[in-house]
Amino acid sequence: MTDRQYADGIVPGRLSPEHYSHNFADLHPPLDRHEALVEADRCYFCYDAPCMHACPTSIDIPLFIREIATGNALGAAKTIFDQNILGGMCARVCPTETLCEEVCVREEAEGKPVKIGQLQRFATDAAMMAGKQFYERGAPTGKRVAVVGAGPAGLACAHRLAMYGHDVTIYEARPKAGGLNEYGIAAYKTPQDFAQHEVDYVTAIGGVEIVNGKALGRDFSLSQLAAEHDAVFLGMGLAGVNALRAEGEEADGVGNAVDYIATLRQAKDLSELPIGRRVVVVGGGMTAIDAAIQSRLLGAEEVTICYRRGREHMNASVYEQDLAASKGVIIRHWLLPKRVNAEDGKVTGIELEYTRLADGRLEGTGETLTLKADQVFKAIGQSFEAGALNGSGAAIALEGGRIRIDGEGRTSLPKVWAGGDCIAGGDDLTVSAVAQGRDAAESIHQALMG
Amino acid sequence: MADIRSNFLGIKSPNPFWLASAPPTDKAYNVERAFKAGWGGVVWKTLGEEGPPVVNVNGPRYGAIWGADRRLLGLNNIELITDRDLYVNLREIKQVKKNWPDRALVVSLMVPCEEEAWKAILPLVEETEADGIELNFGCPHGMSERGMGSAVGQVPEYVEMVVRWCKQNTRMPVITKLTPNITDVRKPARAAYAGGTDAVSLINTINSITAVNLDTFAPEPTIDGKGSHGGYCGPAVKPIAMHMVADIARDSETAGLPISAIGGITTWRDAAEFLALGAGTVQVCTAAMTYGFKIVEEMAAGLSNWMDAKGHATLDDIIGRATPNVTDWQYLNLNYVTKARIDQDLCIKCGRCHIACEDTSHQAITATVNGVRRFEVIEEECVGCNLCVNVCPVEDCIDMVSLAAGALDKRTGQPVSADYANWTMHPNNPMKAAAE
Repeated sequence: MTDRQYADGIVPGRLSPEHYSHNFADLHPPLDRHEALVEADRCYFCYDAPCMHACPTSIDIPLFIREIATGNALGAAKTIFDQNILGGMCARVCPTETLCEEVCVREEAEGKPVKIGQLQRFATDAAMMAGKQFYERGAPTGKRVAVVGAGPAGLACAHRLAMYGHDVTIYEARPKAGGLNEYGIAAYKTPQDFAQHEVDYVTAIGGVEIVNGKALGRDFSLSQLAAEHDAVFLGMGLAGVNALRAEGEEADGVGNAVDYIATLRQAKDLSELPIGRRVVVVGGGMTAIDAAIQSRLLGAEEVTICYRRGREHMNASVYEQDLAASKGVIIRHWLLPKRVNAEDGKVTGIELEYTRLADGRLEGTGETLTLKADQVFKAIGQSFEAGALNGSGAAIALEGGRIRIDGEGRTSLPKVWAGGDCIAGGDDLTVSAVAQGRDAAESIHQALMG
Repeated sequence: MADIRSNFLGIKSPNPFWLASAPPTDKAYNVERAFKAGWGGVVWKTLGEEGPPVVNVNGPRYGAIWGADRRLLGLNNIELITDRDLYVNLREIKQVKKNWPDRALVVSLMVPCEEEAWKAILPLVEETEADGIELNFGCPHGMSERGMGSAVGQVPEYVEMVVRWCKQNTRMPVITKLTPNITDVRKPARAAYAGGTDAVSLINTINSITAVNLDTFAPEPTIDGKGSHGGYCGPAVKPIAMHMVADIARDSETAGLPISAIGGITTWRDAAEFLALGAGTVQVCTAAMTYGFKIVEEMAAGLSNWMDAKGHATLDDIIGRATPNVTDWQYLNLNYVTKARIDQDLCIKCGRCHIACEDTSHQAITATVNGVRRFEVIEEECVGCNLCVNVCPVEDCIDMVSLAAGALDKRTGQPVSADYANWTMHPNNPMKAAAE
């Protein structure tokens, strides 16, 4: 600890160097070989396994676990990558407790599912550390596909297209590829620059060019892309952040959780990253949890998540809520921000109104609560910025503010597919984005070669 | 409290759990530890004739197979009889017996198939005041290449001859240890009986190769790139041992011949099963080599608790109780009909019963009912084979329910007959006995 540990305001260097490295180490250290074999032995090799159905990318989980159990970790990795080329990241960030592991029959039998995510990491790490590539670029077709966004959806799409021999160019607005894997995931879930290693691993197939610093709507238009390529895949994610709609939210010290996490992820030295002494995070999803936990890990003394509805309504899984609690984050429910208090333009606290459900509708009770805070993070959801698509020459159909697609990922525009967080009905999961990117690539391939 | 004291051929022990002749009984040090741990008796590791002892390999002498979580299921070995000096062993045997008068101490012997050799060693063993001898006609590796062990046990005439020599030359009870590496174990058992043996013990180990090293292409255990068949034991051999024990117990020619059972006994339950099939004592090796001598506490307590729960007062109340129920296939009641029943509350929906039945058997278990994942028995197809019970990971989740007489068997469309009818009476049997 340092003398700045309890300093008021938003200051860097609250902790000693060793605390930073300890706090931001791997959340779940990888299984060693023995642990993996013991865990693999727990799998029953179920028929038509529920875990497989619960996986958005439909990984053949019983098969890859059996491959681990029989000493064939590389084979297991291929089984995973066949369905999900970003299986390494998904092994780290998937909320397995609400996907594969939730429906594991061992969960039903004993309340302790097979650690599918950890086993997936064991297998994918084995292959990636060995530099083992399972796929070759297909014979060139001469077809050119543009992918917008180098996040999970775009990368999965590009990889599958490269397997078929199409030339892919990914246009990425940020300086680095990876999307939320690089800029959004909590640091302790993907340490040691894993996101970039994975980008390199995925693009090593060849035939995929990533152009950084090029944003749709700023540097090029959709109509341009469509004119210059045989097909376009939109996987640009969500650029907008919902507003707090609380008085005074422009005060210094109020910021977007996603931006702060992105800054944290890119920070070379976490001790130089300022954090408040008392932090309030508004929201109830994974971003709120990630921002809150990382605030604590950076040395914030008091971190409170305020959510306008009840615990059962939170998007963050119970596992993530418990993780936050174990890191000392306080989660409070039924509180709606009304006003950000500030002095000299700087946040000093936040006033919230208690809420309740009346006939299914949320309403304020009139009673308020004021929490001291020197930093407030907004994590109340992101939105799709359709403005970037303007100038495409033909309006793309939206649904609920995001891009409407059909069962194959096709948008309302010819030659244009979409996937990931920017599409309607998405669930904001890395693994779903991978599935959508992959499936769109299949559809594109059919269209190009059909 | 059940009385689990054992009296086998007049050899008394506080419980029926003996350690088999094997590495755990090669030295006083080990045997003392075993008796302290509570073992009822030991069969001292096989002694050979006087002279320079045998030598063992100096590399791996055990191989194994494992189940889930690396639980040892089967072990094999290429170790020979004791490689210690005969007189060192004899001195230790005498001292241990003196220290532990209430425990059974039997000495295993293996000398060349010559009367003089047996005549020479028997008085030496008698002098130790050991309770009896066990003739090792079983070891399948190494010694068999020198005309001993299973090389004797595989020839009933030799078995009878050597047993007779021993009976003529010692007052000690003689237990003849049989090899399972033979087509019909009743033949050597009958020969031993004819020679006058007081008991048989079985099974010795089974010829085996446990694994092949896929880097060196050598069988394991591997000695300098080569491997040899070894004697297989452990939980995996228990069913084979039980079959052979039962075969001898129910053979009219050897009926009543005391049996000391050996083969994969790991828990009290294994022991109770062997006793029920007709064994008077049980001998254990692999379980002790896997977990140490302490397991005998579980065995003794478990046997005793089970006997209390079932109202069995002494071992004699259980020994041989299952023997009459071992019969030939042709006498099984073909009018007995069972159907699998799946307890939906216990079912964890792994679907293994379904896929086993669907892929490999009778297509008698659903995968979905009304579009929902659910595993139910289709009685119209179920032949009552029990495969689903065996592959189900949850104990008691699936059981086989027998249909009462008169109930409709949905598979055949016929009511279940109350009559006993076996294959010898079946109309499809071309060898059916003519109607009286």
